[in-house]
Amino acid sequence: MEYLIIIISAIFVNNILLAQFLGCCPFLGVSNKLSTAVGMSGAVCFVITLSTLVTYLLQYYVLVPLHIEFMQTITFILVIAALVQMVEIILKKISPSLYQALGIFLPLITTNCAVLGIALIVVTKEFTFGGEPHMLNLAESVVYAFASSLGFGLAMILFAGLREQIALNKVPKPFRGIPIALVTASILAMAFMGFSGMV
Amino acid sequence: MVLSLGVICLVGSGLLAGVYVLTKDPIEAAAEAKTNNAIRQVLPEFDGVPEQKTIETDGGTISYYVASNAGEVIGYAVTASASGFSGPVSLMVGITADGIVYNTSVLSQSETPGLGAKCTEPAFADQFKNLNPAATKLAVKKDGGDIDAITASTITSRAYVAAVNNALAIYQAIVSGGVPDMSTGASVPTEDPAAQSAADTAAAQTAGDTAAAQTAEENK
Amino acid sequence: MGKFKLITKGLVKENPTFVLLLGMCPTLATTTSAMNGMGMGLATMFVLVLSNMVISATAPYIPDKVRIPSYIVIIAAFVTILQFIMQAYTPAMYETLGLFIPLIVVNCIVLGRAEAFANKNSVIDSACDGIGIGLGFTMSLTILGLVREILGSGSAFGFKFIEGDGIIAFVLAPGAFLALAYLIVIFRKITKIE
Repeated sequence: MEYLIIIISAIFVNNILLAQFLGCCPFLGVSNKLSTAVGMSGAVCFVITLSTLVTYLLQYYVLVPLHIEFMQTITFILVIAALVQMVEIILKKISPSLYQALGIFLPLITTNCAVLGIALIVVTKEFTFGGEPHMLNLAESVVYAFASSLGFGLAMILFAGLREQIALNKVPKPFRGIPIALVTASILAMAFMGFSGMV
Repeated sequence: MVLSLGVICLVGSGLLAGVYVLTKDPIEAAAEAKTNNAIRQVLPEFDGVPEQKTIETDGGTISYYVASNAGEVIGYAVTASASGFSGPVSLMVGITADGIVYNTSVLSQSETPGLGAKCTEPAFADQFKNLNPAATKLAVKKDGGDIDAITASTITSRAYVAAVNNALAIYQAIVSGGVPDMSTGASVPTEDPAAQSAADTAAAQTAGDTAAAQTAEENK
Repeated sequence: MGKFKLITKGLVKENPTFVLLLGMCPTLATTTSAMNGMGMGLATMFVLVLSNMVISATAPYIPDKVRIPSYIVIIAAFVTILQFIMQAYTPAMYETLGLFIPLIVVNCIVLGRAEAFANKNSVIDSACDGIGIGLGFTMSLTILGLVREILGSGSAFGFKFIEGDGIIAFVLAPGAFLALAYLIVIFRKITKIE
């Protein structure tokens, strides 16, 4: 039950893009086409889940025992950068077809704030999820990270679909490009506000 | 190549450790000043430094502060929290020796700016100034209580009330020496519909209890 | 390019928010009020100026292959230093901006300037560039924060001039996107920059 609440909360209610503004750069940058949006979402899903797992273990089994929590930001970002590199290399060897689909997005992901953001959130923020406020445990963290990245994918794919439609219309000159995309995002965010208070 | 990256990492972490040591004391001082300010805000004038004590509850160890004036205990400052809309709402609640809520102060909250975050503003928070828990029903009006909820932020308002209720439960335990019963307070702000109806029942029960207590008092 | 020009170009011609469209996450997330926007802008500027200077000074000694990781380490170190300083001296602002302070590490503006400017220019020029872009970022965030605060809560820099609530949506997520969209349009109209 609690996991269900975590998943619904992370995908719809506190959508990582439309409510928390994490990962806005790819959201606005690579959402022109549906196919790229799908590729980007897949890569983000993969990296967020994996990096959260690693940084969670790093936080509680290395940083906290050594009392060097202040190195959190620097170690997390290094781990994420290394992880992205590794995923790229492994993917290239094991599954060239998957690498073809996701490969070009991987280098962009290191500086996607959603990845570092989720990694930091799970070790710093107290969550409630229908019970007492508590820090997340390993399983909850990974589920939360995965659900958040699904939320990223959902928003991203919806948004890319909308933008493909808008591209066919005549838009006033100053609105072309990013401004009309932002107006669309605003309406999409408003739609997602309908979920607020659900869990 | 690896060497130069290693050197950068080494210098970087050395620098960080240095700044960490330098700013450690000011950071602690800032945190302490925040707690002390909160205590001063929620209790009447007292001398010296409030004494920090801890109490065991079923939810873990909770620390509270005892303030005294000329050797006489004038009140307790209790930290308590409850689940709000987007995270815990945590309060410092000042309760005088005769059981009156003197004032409350928000220690931390992550509620929506412009909505739930208004719980820090006097319009809402001043309802908990000089509040006699025996004469006021500590629940939002929607739940049959006496507290005006913040417009469009019932969940935050419930959390605030629940935190005050928790603080009162802890206070009761401090005074009587028992284990605080925080079940009612904690379940009120739950956002799950099933739990919500349970909370409503609980709130109604509290209301009923208060009414019963009042009748009992009148009968005396 | 003169030093003065380096500093002023970030305000209009290469404004990071309205023209280059960089660093969108903090731009949208922290501008719930003018003060918050300004705080975020100044925090970013602090990291930007210092990392620009250090990267410019060390660039000749860093092998090309480990360039990006090295920059990230340098930037992350300054971000952590900023975290300590803010925790010690402006704890309230640190709490309000929360997660978005450590996330300066992945702000594309900072890494972008390191890669596009600092690693091939002198230390002084890089500092000026950092100040310029930082000021431009601070200015845009303050304006966006001000617009959202006026519409959303009926106040400006914390001074309330309308009783009661504003249009709350402007403090929430949809308002962030909408306000930024219209500010970019207005900026484009005034400056004629596409």
